[in-house]
Amino acid sequence: MSTIDDETTTNPVLVGLAWLLVGIPLLYGLWQTIDRASALFTG
Amino acid sequence: MSLLDKQAIVAGPGYSRWLIPPAALAVHLSIGQVYAFSVFKNSLVASFETSLTAIGWVFSLSIVMLGLSAAVLGTWVERSGPRKAMLAAALCWGTGFIIGAAGIATSQLWLLYLGYGVIGGIGLGIGYISPVSTLIKWFPDRPGLATGMAIMGFGGGALIAAPLSNKLMSLYDSDFVPTEPGAVASSSALAQTFVTLGIVYTAFMLVGAALVRVPPGHGDDSTAEHSPGTNGALVRASEAIRTPQFWLLWVVLFCNVTAGIGILEQAAPMIQDFFREAGDSSVSAAAAGGFVGVLSLANMIGRFVWSSLSDQIGRKKTYVMYLGVGLVLYLLLALFGSSSTVVFVALAAVIISFYGGGFATVPAYLKDLFGTLEVGAIHGRLLTAWAAAGVAGPLIVNGILDSVGEPGNLVAADYRPALFTMVGVLAVGFVANLMITPVSEVHFDHDAHAANEDRISARQEATR
Repeated sequence: MSTIDDETTTNPVLVGLAWLLVGIPLLYGLWQTIDRASALFTG
Repeated sequence: MSLLDKQAIVAGPGYSRWLIPPAALAVHLSIGQVYAFSVFKNSLVASFETSLTAIGWVFSLSIVMLGLSAAVLGTWVERSGPRKAMLAAALCWGTGFIIGAAGIATSQLWLLYLGYGVIGGIGLGIGYISPVSTLIKWFPDRPGLATGMAIMGFGGGALIAAPLSNKLMSLYDSDFVPTEPGAVASSSALAQTFVTLGIVYTAFMLVGAALVRVPPGHGDDSTAEHSPGTNGALVRASEAIRTPQFWLLWVVLFCNVTAGIGILEQAAPMIQDFFREAGDSSVSAAAAGGFVGVLSLANMIGRFVWSSLSDQIGRKKTYVMYLGVGLVLYLLLALFGSSSTVVFVALAAVIISFYGGGFATVPAYLKDLFGTLEVGAIHGRLLTAWAAAGVAGPLIVNGILDSVGEPGNLVAADYRPALFTMVGVLAVGFVANLMITPVSEVHFDHDAHAANEDRISARQEATR
């Protein structure tokens, strides 16, 4: 598919914002879960 | 033509394909909440003054509806495009929470079944498959990586929803302390939490719907250039279910999910039972909760890592690993799992990573077998295996454990029959995977195949 490649004209800031939008809640969930999982080694 | 139509969301030249995974993640992170439904269980039981089983049906209903709606509406999702499907999913998922909240506020349990279970479940099914076909079309070179990213979000959604829901219930009910054993939130706090989640998830999913685009040339399936599967396969969903390959893969997914759910569903009591001597377990309740957290992480990471690996080593070999190595790990867990907590946790974590990987890799396997012509619709039909396994896995494990002892008094040896049964289940899946061969040409859509060949030739001619 020649029409799909990594050369884009999309503003990289938009791409970064989109990833931040989903990345921040995901990191929050990961952090909370790691915190909970740590009880396995300390509890 | 409306803004929701497939033709209206064809990407312009240079549109970055790296905007599609966050669009998909916005949907999957939202609907992944369903795996955190258990945080409401105690409060719902108290609110409706009913049994755990009656509340457990809400979750079961939503998963069954997920499988059914994905199967029935898969073709509609494929033809309508991802934006319309994501919008429908967002509305169903959000409405499900709001109707569920009304049920809690008025003590009408049937409204919770209807809202969260049925309408929300339909949102789950549409939402789950909505970005899959689009991702595969944007990343024909790395379909495993692409679908792994999205389906990882479904695992990640629960990681977000559990602490978020507890925080919301604490906010609306200052007496509710989620860390206290047996703590329950008030009906009012529960209802407000449901309303808040419904609004937040709807908004979040709509952002995904706004971002998503189909690749250039994919506004109309009849004129789009599709990526064929092995041997040039382009197969429609209605024909795919007539092939042995579809049903063998159905068995593969069913066995992989059944075996994984067997551990997941029983995780916290299982680790305590494995290290119980003279009636007391050396693993505390808090540590058992930590073990559930480790499995959640393994589930999520497995979806991304193993699915991405499948792009390098091939789908069949990846499932040989999930089912073959998984089988050996189950045996080791049954025989040596009680030797140390490190061994137990390590074995269980890898097993659950294979469980997650099985979900994430299957769309790419379908693409390899049937091509991208209607891969989303075929995926929808295959997810009935998930719904069936969601019933079979817990039934097998709970049934066997019930026959050998009572909860709270079980020990490692009591789990062996259940674990050996899962070894058998995985062996069936292993054989089914080995039997999968390329799809026969008699199942191809020959008109679509010929037209696709012409489009590929024309494009190659134009770029020469």
